[in-house]
Amino acid sequence: MTAEFQQSPSPSEVGFALGRRDVLKGAAALGGIAAFSGVLAACGGGDDAGSASGTIRVGSNYSNELPNAGLRAALDSLPNDDLTIELNEVDHNTYQEQIVAYLQDPPDDVAPWFAGFRLQALASQDLLLDISDVWTDGLDDVLSGGFKQASTYEGKQYFVPWTYYSWQVHYRKSVWDAIGAVPPATFDELLALCETLDGMGVTPFAAGNDGRWPLMGTFDQLNFRLNGYQYHVDLMAGKESWTDQRTKDVFAKWAELLPYHQAEPNGRTWEDAAAAFVGGEVAMYVIGGFVGSQFPPDELDDLDFFPYPELNPEHGQDTVEAPIDGWTVVANPKNEAGAKAVVGHLGTAIAQEAYLAEDPSVQAPNKNVDTSNYNALQQKSVAAVQNAKNVTQFLDRDTLPAFANEAGQAIADFVSNPDNIDAILEDLQGKAEALL
Amino acid sequence: MTTATPVSTEDDQPIVSTSDDPKVVDSKPKKKRQFEGTDRKVFLAFVIIPSVIHICIVWIPTILSILLSFTKWNGIRFTGDRGIEIVGVQNYDQTLLGAFQGDTIQAVLNNFWLLIFLFFGPTLLGMLLAYLLDKNLRGTRIYQSLFYTPVVLSLAVVGFIWQNIMYDQKHGIATALFGGGGTVDWLGNQEFIFSIGSYGLSKNFLAILVAMAWRHTGYIMVLYLAGMKSVDAALRESSSLDGCNEWQTFRHVLFPTLKPINVIVVVITVIEALRAYDIIAVLNEPRNTELLSHLTTNALVGEGADNIGRGSAYATMLFLLCIGFVLWYVTNHYRKQENTV
Repeated sequence: MTAEFQQSPSPSEVGFALGRRDVLKGAAALGGIAAFSGVLAACGGGDDAGSASGTIRVGSNYSNELPNAGLRAALDSLPNDDLTIELNEVDHNTYQEQIVAYLQDPPDDVAPWFAGFRLQALASQDLLLDISDVWTDGLDDVLSGGFKQASTYEGKQYFVPWTYYSWQVHYRKSVWDAIGAVPPATFDELLALCETLDGMGVTPFAAGNDGRWPLMGTFDQLNFRLNGYQYHVDLMAGKESWTDQRTKDVFAKWAELLPYHQAEPNGRTWEDAAAAFVGGEVAMYVIGGFVGSQFPPDELDDLDFFPYPELNPEHGQDTVEAPIDGWTVVANPKNEAGAKAVVGHLGTAIAQEAYLAEDPSVQAPNKNVDTSNYNALQQKSVAAVQNAKNVTQFLDRDTLPAFANEAGQAIADFVSNPDNIDAILEDLQGKAEALL
Repeated sequence: MTTATPVSTEDDQPIVSTSDDPKVVDSKPKKKRQFEGTDRKVFLAFVIIPSVIHICIVWIPTILSILLSFTKWNGIRFTGDRGIEIVGVQNYDQTLLGAFQGDTIQAVLNNFWLLIFLFFGPTLLGMLLAYLLDKNLRGTRIYQSLFYTPVVLSLAVVGFIWQNIMYDQKHGIATALFGGGGTVDWLGNQEFIFSIGSYGLSKNFLAILVAMAWRHTGYIMVLYLAGMKSVDAALRESSSLDGCNEWQTFRHVLFPTLKPINVIVVVITVIEALRAYDIIAVLNEPRNTELLSHLTTNALVGEGADNIGRGSAYATMLFLLCIGFVLWYVTNHYRKQENTV
């Protein structure tokens, strides 16, 4: 069953969104050129929009304040006045939970989703419309091959990349300056830092695992740092075993760090953990860039990150986890031309810039987006993704959803009782064999 | 049972006369025959329509669920690639003996804890409260209202209330009372208080049980209070004249007269223990608090719900537990009634 899915994109083969030059160009405030080409791209993609008309219903799981404002701004920037857009807002977690039922009888034409395996799982069930023509009509010119690969199932495109972010070890510069800490480069340095912080009465790592996904991020980092990108991919696909010594080593490393995490994370939401981090009680947070949305805007420039330290010289820091969010068209839209026009527009630089103006915690995939408006952290995230040899999505986006649920439970069991890891992994491997 | 009823009307048929005067619909004896003809149709309609609806929306889906539990299916297309595939007892093998055995055992155990807890926690407490309030204390109506108020809330709402007011890790009332100044992870702490092998009763499940008791106790209290109010005062008088102490009066006089209430309470408690779902679902189903109903829905609905077969297997197990209880109850209860009549 899994063989037909492609795995996480490996942008090393084709290069990710933004050329290094573009970043530098943006940083040098030569953004005018980029903005100009952005307009051109928008016109190119807008040809479809010219002919489409009627009402388009757009589903939205952008239920938090900033993302919602960003999406509205992006949709407002649609150049076609003949299209009326109705936004159907659904709570973020509810939307994910109900996606399969939702897509079987969709009230909307355009629906948000995630790239990679999780997209392919839906595309393989014929729940999404093939939008390869939207790609040939303009997106191919503005999105790099890595993004195309993440949008593809069996040679056809089903997805328009919209934003992405990277998972990193976040910290507050002011807090670290006050205690004289510097970002560690190796695991030993990390452990030493944790000990120092602990001695000072500062909790080293924030941890909130309510919903059982946030700590998957820590597992991923430890896993691909220790065993490399290919092992992550194969483990998620069921080709490697959870009872393998290499998997056990990951949990052994994690067990060393676990005493330095906020205690009892399973009942804490990631937002509550973020509040402790923003408040300076906790020194580090392994989380996606979206943690920025939890900061007061005037304190956002105090947020910084460093890549997860090296655990194995063979793999160094060559992999970065950068989930891509984006848009799909449902299988039988009521207004196909209009839906394609809308998703095509959401792939343009104009739409993505409009979004980022409201929610600067993520980055845009479109090559022509004016990066001069990026804050330092966005620039850094773009560079991290661009320079990575491999890019993963996330544990729950790189494997079957049914199995991701089981893995999330296993991780919750591990942080609750690390000594029981052998039994937990044996159980999980049994489920992997049953599901994958 | 529903199918038996139309048969009995057929049996009644000879009694019904067959006059065909269409104008008369009043109750004059002479014209009664036509009225009874209409009556019979109405009566048949009243039996057949609800029976058909009942069979369509209850029994046919139930039977289909049982059939689906022998298949593997993602619920989208009936035939072709990824259509319904018959796999025999594979789902039962996986859930009872295979990879999902651990989940199943813990869930059944949790349903069992819930049942035991409801019997010995809220039931006894509710009975005690009813007994005390029955003594016409000053302000008894106020107490009654206070204890009964949570019953008007749905269990999902009870979940939210306890999550945010009682069990908040930092600021919850329970944390302030028992946390010793620190934080307590009431709903996330999945460690077992006591365990049987690798299964047991987890701390967070007990926390949820307490929240459920907050609501259930008031319900039980009202039932017993109503029962106690209807007990003849002469019974108590005579028992006290005979020199019974308070406990003896309760045990040998009051409690036996409450038998109908006890039956209702048993039924309500068992139903509550088997159908419980919402309070745990709204709390994001903390680990080790899953009930059979959660395993069912997790396999049937949601993004990861790719195997209708496995979900149906869980549903069938839950169904067998329910039907087992219903059959036991119906046979026992009616046999006893027949014996006593």
